[in-house]
Amino acid sequence: MEEVVQPKVYVRTCIALLVLLAVTWSIGYINLGPFNLIVALAVSIAKAIVIALFFMHIKGSSRILHLAAVAGVIWLLIMISLTLGDYISRGWVPLNH
Amino acid sequence: MNGTTPAPETMKSATELVVERPGEFARENYLSIHRGVRAWLLTKDHKRIGLLYLGTILIFFLIASVAAALMRIELLTPQPKLVTSETYNKLFTIHGVLMVWFFLIPSIPTVLGNFVLPMMIGARDVAFPKLNLMSWYIFVAGGALALWSLIRGGVDTGWTFYTPYSTTYANTHVISMAAGVFVAGFSTIVTGINFIVTTHKMRAPGLTWFRLPLFVWSLYATSLIMVLATPVLAITLALISVERFWGVGIFDPKLGGDPVLFQHLFWFYSHPAVYIMILPGMGVISELITCFSRKRIYGYAWVGSASMAIAILGFMVWGHHMFVSSQSVYAGMIFSILSFLVAVPSGIKVFNWTATLHKGSIHFATPMLYALGFIGLFTIGGLTGLFLAALAVDVHVHDTYFVIAHFHYIMVGGMVMAFMGGLHYWWPKISGRLYPEFAGKLAAMITFIGFNLTFFPQFILGYLGQPRRYHIYPPEFQIFHVLSTAGASVLGIGYLMPLIYFIWSWRRGRAAGPNPWRATGLEWQTSSPPPEHNFEQTPIVTGPPYSYSAEKDVDLNLASI
Repeated sequence: MEEVVQPKVYVRTCIALLVLLAVTWSIGYINLGPFNLIVALAVSIAKAIVIALFFMHIKGSSRILHLAAVAGVIWLLIMISLTLGDYISRGWVPLNH
Repeated sequence: MNGTTPAPETMKSATELVVERPGEFARENYLSIHRGVRAWLLTKDHKRIGLLYLGTILIFFLIASVAAALMRIELLTPQPKLVTSETYNKLFTIHGVLMVWFFLIPSIPTVLGNFVLPMMIGARDVAFPKLNLMSWYIFVAGGALALWSLIRGGVDTGWTFYTPYSTTYANTHVISMAAGVFVAGFSTIVTGINFIVTTHKMRAPGLTWFRLPLFVWSLYATSLIMVLATPVLAITLALISVERFWGVGIFDPKLGGDPVLFQHLFWFYSHPAVYIMILPGMGVISELITCFSRKRIYGYAWVGSASMAIAILGFMVWGHHMFVSSQSVYAGMIFSILSFLVAVPSGIKVFNWTATLHKGSIHFATPMLYALGFIGLFTIGGLTGLFLAALAVDVHVHDTYFVIAHFHYIMVGGMVMAFMGGLHYWWPKISGRLYPEFAGKLAAMITFIGFNLTFFPQFILGYLGQPRRYHIYPPEFQIFHVLSTAGASVLGIGYLMPLIYFIWSWRRGRAAGPNPWRATGLEWQTSSPPPEHNFEQTPIVTGPPYSYSAEKDVDLNLASI
């Protein structure tokens, strides 16, 4: 069953999120070309993982809650992949002008 | 408590738990125990919350029906006579927004689901009773925002809020209406979470997953969709407000956005929302067909799994709304194939209901008439959905009355018929009294005839090329519009009749007794109306659901009601 979460976990979560926020902020001032987007997305994913695991107590909770959390991620992937499927394949058919 | 806990000796099996003699009205019940407005507004009883929802959604149903009636009257003539184009746009938006979010989505889950789900699984209440009451307050707040937008002048975007019109050009109250839908969405999510946890944690001893009534399976599948899809709607509506308020380019091409992105996000929610609307209806039909054929469901596991398959596949078909939106043709092909696939579990259900009827002892009671109507109308609605899933055919009928007719066959012919069937079926449990059976049958038949007269001509209209959302049309289409309006009037009578005899029967109907239909579900194994905590003793379950075969020749004594 669920563990009792100590207040220091929340403090650490908050610090981690503030550090990641600083990273997001600072890479906005550095030109990495296409990597700006990749780094920004990677930082966002890291933030989401920190929130889900520690703030939302997924770490240490029952397996059915893990399943629920994973289902949410899979559904997000369904949405993103099928939407991108449209955007990526739009140029494949040549337009006759 | 989990489903496999061995039963203590003191518990009685479900069939021994009949507390009252047939025909007796339980004086001590959930309605009589606390009186006054305060007791209702602060109640944590799932049954009372179900009734609060019933009253609320009926108000929205009434307003949305008036909007529909005004449209149908306007459409009697090819030239505008009653309303301006702008008002007409607002009327179909009101009708769509209120019917979808404030009637159809909450109808079966929050009214019938709230009332019977805990009783069907032998529980005293839902897992989170306070959260359940909160969901109603959130719903009312969302509804109030929607009505506020209406009073201030309405919205003219259609219920789909398509961009860039909704974000850039519409001079109506888009943000407050979207906020209303946004808020109501949280009520849906909260209900979904409550039902999921209730089904996992609150089942009576012996009630394993594969002994659950199919209505519970369908509510479970519906709740999964509610929890997984509704947040996407919330964020999409929030993005509209962000673009309208601060000019951030998300959907508007002038600002660097993409209008088709809105359609992706909107339909990622709204197509599964169609299944939020129809899946609970399918669950109700499984209950009705088995009870009034006195038979076990044919292929229990298949019907239950089909609910889950629909819930999952339903998330992967949204692009079929976008075949003519400049979506890539390859994405269109994928969405088309997936849309054809979702017809398979729907077909499984229809065939299994039909097979359940085979050699059954069929009683044409009022709920059964609604159920049989559902099967026919849902089949027509479903099959015309396949026309629309075919890429080339969709180009011809897209945004025409064919689409209107198709989804009304699912939503009204399917969902509303199921809701009415379920309401009649559980009314003796809810009120403790019987409605007049003859009036019930008459209303069911009037509804069926009125419905078909309203919407069948619209298939022809759409195929001939009449687009939706126009109130000026070529004179040769008038005959179909006149038929449709005539049908809508008949349909209106079909809906008013139950309202009248339900109100009448609430005080004056004959006492129903605990189990007037001789049904096997746990909700019938307690008095009518039920006591505050549903059961005097926790029931235990020893066998599969729908064990009707042993009492095949039961006399339901319907003629005397």
